[in-house]
Formats: sequence, C-alpha cells, structure tokens
Amino acid sequence: MVVVGAGMVGAACALYAARAGLDVILVDRGPVAGGTTGAGEGNLLVSDKEPGPELHLALLSARLWGELAQELGTAVEYEPKGGLVVASTPDGLTALARLAAGQRAAGVRTVPVDASELRSLEPHLAPGLAGGVLYPQDAQVMPTLAAAHLARASGARLETGRTVTRVLRGADGAVRGVRTDRGDLLAPAVVNAAGTWGGEVAALAGVPLPVLPRRGFVLVTEPLPRRVRHKVYAADYVADVASDSAALQTSPVVEGTAAGPVLIGASRERVGFDRSFSLPVVRALAAGATRLFPFLDDVRVMRTYLGFRPYLPDHLPALGPDPRVPGLFHACGHEGAGIGLATGSGQLIAQALTGGTPELDLTPFRPDRFAEEATA
Amino acid sequence: MNPLELVRARAGTPFTVRFDGREIEALPGRTVAAVLWSAGVTAWRTTRDGGRPRGVFCGIGVCFDCLVTVDGRPNQRACLVPAEPGADIRTQEGTGHDE
Repeated sequence: MVVVGAGMVGAACALYAARAGLDVILVDRGPVAGGTTGAGEGNLLVSDKEPGPELHLALLSARLWGELAQELGTAVEYEPKGGLVVASTPDGLTALARLAAGQRAAGVRTVPVDASELRSLEPHLAPGLAGGVLYPQDAQVMPTLAAAHLARASGARLETGRTVTRVLRGADGAVRGVRTDRGDLLAPAVVNAAGTWGGEVAALAGVPLPVLPRRGFVLVTEPLPRRVRHKVYAADYVADVASDSAALQTSPVVEGTAAGPVLIGASRERVGFDRSFSLPVVRALAAGATRLFPFLDDVRVMRTYLGFRPYLPDHLPALGPDPRVPGLFHACGHEGAGIGLATGSGQLIAQALTGGTPELDLTPFRPDRFAEEATA
Repeated sequence: MNPLELVRARAGTPFTVRFDGREIEALPGRTVAAVLWSAGVTAWRTTRDGGRPRGVFCGIGVCFDCLVTVDGRPNQRACLVPAEPGADIRTQEGTGHDE
C-alpha cells in the first residue's frame, strides 16, 4: 500500500500496517515531519478531549504510545509527565470538575487537585488559583523524532521529495496506486495521511474532504532547569462558553521539554496558510503563560514557530475507508491532536486494511460524512 | 596584519570590560564575541549535557551556541550583544540559571 504523507500520522499508519504484514511505501512531497508534525509540541493528551469518539481514540492511542515507548521511548523523548489543568476561578473549577467526571466515566484517570496541593505538584505556579485536575495519562514526545523513528521502525520504503500528482483508479473505480512527479507507485490501497493538505490529496482521488488550516504559534524560551514538571494549561476556556467569535483564540499551555526550553502555546486562528509573524498573538500567549507561571516574566523567548492544524468542520478526524473510492483510506484532519492520536489512527487503519474489524467504531470518523450532511 | 589597518578603520577610544573577573580591552562597536576573540578567548559556555565548551558557531545570531552571561543575564548571544564599558561578562555553565 501507499501512505501519502510522512508526518506523524503517516508514519504510524506505515508502522502498524507493516506490522500487520503489508508492504508499505511512504511518500511525501517534502521531508519527514515537514508539515504540521514538525510545528507542534508533541502532546499526547486525553485531558483536553470531551467524552465521545475522539476521547476513545485518545485512550486507545495513549495505550499504544505506552507500548511503543517500551521500544522507542528514549529515542522519541517519550515523557509520561501527566497533564495538570488548572482553574483560576471557582466557576472554572466547577466546569472543569464536571468535564473530568464525564472523562472519568469514559475511562480517563483523573485526580482532583485542590488549591493547596497545586504548588506541591508545580512549585512555580501562580498563587491564588482555584484548583485543578491531574491527568496522569497525558504524555509528550518530540514529534519530529517520533515520526522519524516510527517511519524507520516500520521498514517502509520511504520516498521523500516526491509529489503525488494523481490517485490512479481502475475502470471499476478502485484505487490502483498513485502517480508522482517521478513515476507511478502501484498499490491496491492508498492512505491519505496528508494532514492539513489532506483535502488536496482527496481531490486527487476525485472526492471532497473539507480539511482546513487552523494556525497556531508556539513560543520557545531559553533553556531552563526543569521548572515546569507537567503539561500545564488553563481550564478557563471550558467555562468560557461566551467567548467572542473573533478569529483569534488563545489559552495558555505551558510545558518543559527534555532539552530545556519551555514551550508556550496555544493560539488558534483561521487565516488560511498565512505564515507571517503576528505580534498580538505572541504577546497574548506570553501574557497568558506568565499569568500561570510568574517566573516566566524574567525568561527570554528565543524564537517562535507556527504551524497549521488540519481541522474538519466537526473537529473529528477522517479515519477509515472511503466508501466513495474503493481502496482509498483517510487518516487526516486530527486538528491539534495528531501526534497523540497517531498511534490509534495507525492501528485502526491497519485493522481496516487487513479486513479485520477495527477495535473502535469508525462511523463517527467516516470520510464521507460531510457530503452526506450537505445533501441531507 | 592588524585587521583594523587592513580596512583603514579608525577605532574609537578603547574601554575595558570584565571577563570572569579579569579586565579585557574592548573597542567601541564590537560585540561581546569579538571582544572575547580579540583577547584570545574562544569558549565561554559549557553545554547543559556533558559540560563541553562552546563559543561562536554561526556568528550571526541564529544558532544560539555562543550564549554567555552578561551583567547577570544568562543566555545572551555574544555574537549580537554589543560590548559596553564596564560590562561584567561571565562564562555560562549549563542553562545559566540556578538549578
């Protein structure tokens, strides 16, 4: 089979498909992890998922990441550090506790943390926060390393710098492979793991898939001794249902890395593929992070980077066979959660490819669900 | 040949900075890295992992290899920061922050 896209999701699809006994070619017009994978933070989160299909996928993925960490953990900088979601107000904490109760019912481990305990978990947190919830299953990897090591471990034939120009289909409509700028790659199955560009690859097969980019900035501080132990983020947005509809949304997400710098996110904007720097966004991120961790006020930001999350209108990925094109599979549109959801996605795609019953119901992820809605 | 003569530069009045406590002569307009190089110092940081020596690598502010502590502020890029009279420049160990 051919996997289009050598990012995190494509690498995971390649790995699980290869382990299921398939011959895999992994093709990308750029390098490994050259798109959204290389522009994220490497979060493996269950904490930020509402109960529902995405949370089931996140739980499956978290388990699979834990298994992969047995072989590749050090190489991919796997850190089962846990996530700490903090609320600044009693109302925010109430909403967070309600979310956590629903997640717990779905199988997530959650540990309520009262205000007095927060700083024993995170000594540098700002005083005066209302409380929080600890999510021990949250973890982190270094995403570029993770994509590269999973691709290597798959044993797939890697074709980088090779652009897919068409999805080849036979007289019966079924997939026969892909045409590239350097010749055809023939295979009875093609997996669209092109992330934010997944809509373009779908179009090459003649089907619509409304993947759109949602821009996010990350700030990188100077290297520091470990001062932020967990992935820490504010829960206010959970309660903040009255958020204005301005294009820009920011909520502070702060975490240390194995290499020393602290990473600060997360912003969301729908501005197409605009790569220009935005001072207002970066300023809002820095201010939000400093409210959580006042010591950051004296810390220098070395650089910023940005990426484009691939989002679909209902914020769920497209995952599984495309009933419109026999042999075409999709594994894209994971928005800001693609690193975390990659393992489960790869596993489910491999199960679907080998004719088995995927261990999660793929119905909510059906790639043709948008077309149906449009004609309904 | 003295590079100043080579380009017929007329340097301003020299001043001194301190590097790890000793006085070093500096010319106006030079970066911290240039001042240290002129004094024969090529390494002023140790890596976080393994304590290996580091100095200028790219020299244009991109690589963050030449980090140094200036006037108590760690992680200054020596290749970009101008040397100022009386500056207190110190070898930076690891992150430059207290563990």
